[in-house]
Amino acid sequence: MTLDFLLEIGTEEIPDWMIQPALRQLREAFGKLVEENKLGGRVAWVEATPRRIALKAQGLADRQSDSEELVMGPPAAAPAGAAAGFAKKQGVSPQSLERVTTPKGEYLAVRKKIAGRAARDILADALPGLILGIYFPKTMYWTGKGGPRFIRPIRWIVALLGSEVVPFELAGVSSGNTTSGHRRLGATSFAVTIDDYEDTLKKNFVLLRADDRRRRIQEGIQALIAERGLQVKPDADLLETLVFITEYPTPILGEFDASYLELPEEVLVTVMRHHQKYFSVEKTGGGLAPNFIAVMNTAGDPEGLVRQGNERVLRARFNDARFFWDVDQKKTLAARVPDLEHVTFQAKLGSYLAKTQRTMTLVGELGGNAAAVRAVELSKCDLTTELVKEFTELQGVVGGLYARAQGEPEEVARAIYEHYKPVSMEDSIPATATGRLVSLADKLDTLRGCFGIGLAPSGSSDPFALRRAAQGVVKILVEGNLELPLAQLAGGDAQLEEFFRDRIDYYFREVRGYPYDEVRAAMAAGFDNLPDLQRRLEALHIVRPTENFEPVAASFKRIKNILRQAGFPEGEVDERLIEAGPERDLYDAVARVSGENLPEIASLRPVVDRYFDKVLVNAPDARIRANRLAFLAQLLRKFSSIADFSEIVTNGL
Amino acid sequence: MESFQNIVLKLKQYWADRGCIIQEPYDVEVGAGTMCPETFLRVLGPKPYRVAYIQPSRRPADGRYAENPNRLYKHQQLQVILKPSPSDVVEQYLGSLEAIGIDLRKHDVKFEEDNWESPTLGAWGIGWQVMMDGLEITQFTYFQQCGGVDLDLVPAELTYGMERLVAFLQGTDSVYDIEWAPGFSYADVRRADELQFSVYNFEMADIATLWQVFELHEKECQRLLAAWPDYKEKQRFPLLAAYDQVLKCSHAFNLLDSRGAISVTERVGIIARVRKLAVGVAQAYLEQTTGEVAA
Repeated sequence: MTLDFLLEIGTEEIPDWMIQPALRQLREAFGKLVEENKLGGRVAWVEATPRRIALKAQGLADRQSDSEELVMGPPAAAPAGAAAGFAKKQGVSPQSLERVTTPKGEYLAVRKKIAGRAARDILADALPGLILGIYFPKTMYWTGKGGPRFIRPIRWIVALLGSEVVPFELAGVSSGNTTSGHRRLGATSFAVTIDDYEDTLKKNFVLLRADDRRRRIQEGIQALIAERGLQVKPDADLLETLVFITEYPTPILGEFDASYLELPEEVLVTVMRHHQKYFSVEKTGGGLAPNFIAVMNTAGDPEGLVRQGNERVLRARFNDARFFWDVDQKKTLAARVPDLEHVTFQAKLGSYLAKTQRTMTLVGELGGNAAAVRAVELSKCDLTTELVKEFTELQGVVGGLYARAQGEPEEVARAIYEHYKPVSMEDSIPATATGRLVSLADKLDTLRGCFGIGLAPSGSSDPFALRRAAQGVVKILVEGNLELPLAQLAGGDAQLEEFFRDRIDYYFREVRGYPYDEVRAAMAAGFDNLPDLQRRLEALHIVRPTENFEPVAASFKRIKNILRQAGFPEGEVDERLIEAGPERDLYDAVARVSGENLPEIASLRPVVDRYFDKVLVNAPDARIRANRLAFLAQLLRKFSSIADFSEIVTNGL
Repeated sequence: MESFQNIVLKLKQYWADRGCIIQEPYDVEVGAGTMCPETFLRVLGPKPYRVAYIQPSRRPADGRYAENPNRLYKHQQLQVILKPSPSDVVEQYLGSLEAIGIDLRKHDVKFEEDNWESPTLGAWGIGWQVMMDGLEITQFTYFQQCGGVDLDLVPAELTYGMERLVAFLQGTDSVYDIEWAPGFSYADVRRADELQFSVYNFEMADIATLWQVFELHEKECQRLLAAWPDYKEKQRFPLLAAYDQVLKCSHAFNLLDSRGAISVTERVGIIARVRKLAVGVAQAYLEQTTGEVAA
């Protein structure tokens, strides 16, 4: 007989961002549990709201099948005492021992029947450990010191196998068949069966499935704005947060006074998104509308109380922002430069004033003009403003906006605005050339400084976000087509150069999607000039699928192996020793073909193949042998300026 | 419409009905209700305790000369400690909101992750900010550590920001428009206080004097803590007085901060000095009340 299984761990509100990883683990751990215990079945779904983590499995055996185990004893030829002792130890009579033939001879053995355990017992034993084994980034205890740890207190547990409760206790809670609804719209405690579980929850204002909650939010939003000529600024991350922070989500449309639209859009959106978890709303023709969408964790707002409450909160926040903006204008960015002395960048690296001064020099060395130097000079001043103290995520952006408002040239304002970009691998690089140099100089100063005082990231610890900074440098150099020598940018720090090498490799593989062997091959020919590396890599990628390329690459690998075995001999090629025929043909072809033209190099295939077919490199005559090795070395050198083809992984060779 | 004081009275009554001692505010300046001995010291050790009190909390840097409708140098917190936390603690909390007239079926309540940490007290906990219609009205924390010590019983701490809560209930855009008592606005009661202390905290407090104050209280606390190990009649030892010195240090630190006298680098070091005192008192207190020496 097979049975369905339902588990619901009822908790207090779990942080939204931890829920999905927990569900993946639960699915995996339960799958492993039934597999190891040979219960069969499969996990039908895992779902969660902030207050419950649930799993349903189908087709579990109600008990394990009985099994047999053969316990091996002494050899059959052993004295009778040994057989008796073995039988006694196994709790059977000596007569019941069997003889078993093995490759090592005949042995005595006991055949034991092991009764399969009931699935209910297996689950009851295993579930407490399985639940507490779910990893959360930050756990708590709540029943007292030494008690179980979980993400938030566990308040009830539903565990049903078929129609029966799987009985166990965890953190003082006994498993059962009762669950709890929405905190205010649903019943506090009610019984469920596996079949009516989801429907009963729904009647108690809990939408168990994330998909259902997502749909309810999206459809609700559409209904609110459809006929108003409005559209929502798409925000997938915010949507997911709201899906997992609610049990019964309902969007509402709020308004704010249009006079706040005088504040920069960046500030308004940040307040709405980061501080209030609202969607911003745009007019269909473009531009922010004086509206927002909040998502409630309840069924409706018939009296408009929730809308009014949210509007009041937003008004207060916007008032703050406006207040900070006005206060900040009383002192220009330029007048704030000396204040940076009191803002620590890093204890050993000094203040932001010191950083600013270093970076001003650096941006000049990188070829930055007067505007770039000015942008650097003002770039960190917004750290002393009230608006950035309140909305730290707007650093840079606020500086740029203030610079513009204070009459700095647009080139300067724009560069300040963008100088933290790219903030992630997906983010774009600064749009202006000046912005790119300012961003580069800022990141390079941080990298050089931190590496210089031994703060290179180790493992997952990277408090200064140096990986992100280095990725940003790589992205700007490549996508901004800046041919600045990387070794020089690293300031002669070998460890930093090595760090860059990893970032470059990562960038081309993970962000740009080039195969790892192509990246390796192109990087082996140098990575000091990243736009050049990009061009070589792209050329390699284009030629790679052509008919002749991989065989030629395989031949190059062969050449490298031959040279390696010969200890990479040095020597000049003596043209007079080149034999007519395949060797001469290759010699002439190599002289003719450009080392930087990959299709031409690939076209060498027939000549190369014939050479290896007909010519014995390890010729008996030492002079001829040395000359052939010298020739191959010359060939390899010539054709390695684009990429080291021996790094290309080829099939069947 | 319920006045500020009526809402306070109702909340106190609600928690008194649930077994809380109703305490009065502690009469030393604190930055948060958590710092009062009724919380910081009482949560230590294995003895159950329930208490609720209003605590005026002073954060000098948050002052705005009574010009900002939402920011105050001194605000009133209702602090509730339930040690150990009952299993229906969230329900009890929601019940308290209903007790002051909020129909939760008509409002949007969300519990958003917000873990609390006080580096100066060597204390941290796990919890949420409770959001009502987009407004944070309560900080809800399950204490895990205090004074660097793992807590025996896990207390729930509920901190209601009274000005915000009442402004929400009365529907005012500015805390100064709150009706404190019939005929008296919040501004009538507190505006002068906010203005004058903003002037003092930002402009006139003497930095050299504040440093002296800080160091005097630090020394006094250190002197007491040094005397503790060899003091014979442990029950008589004035650890509570030592703790007052910690609070004085903390307040002096906050004033120095609002005067802009503390650089970011110095900051870490000074927090560590106050924490050292707080942790020292907490561990001695645990020993005094339970006879156990903290590991």
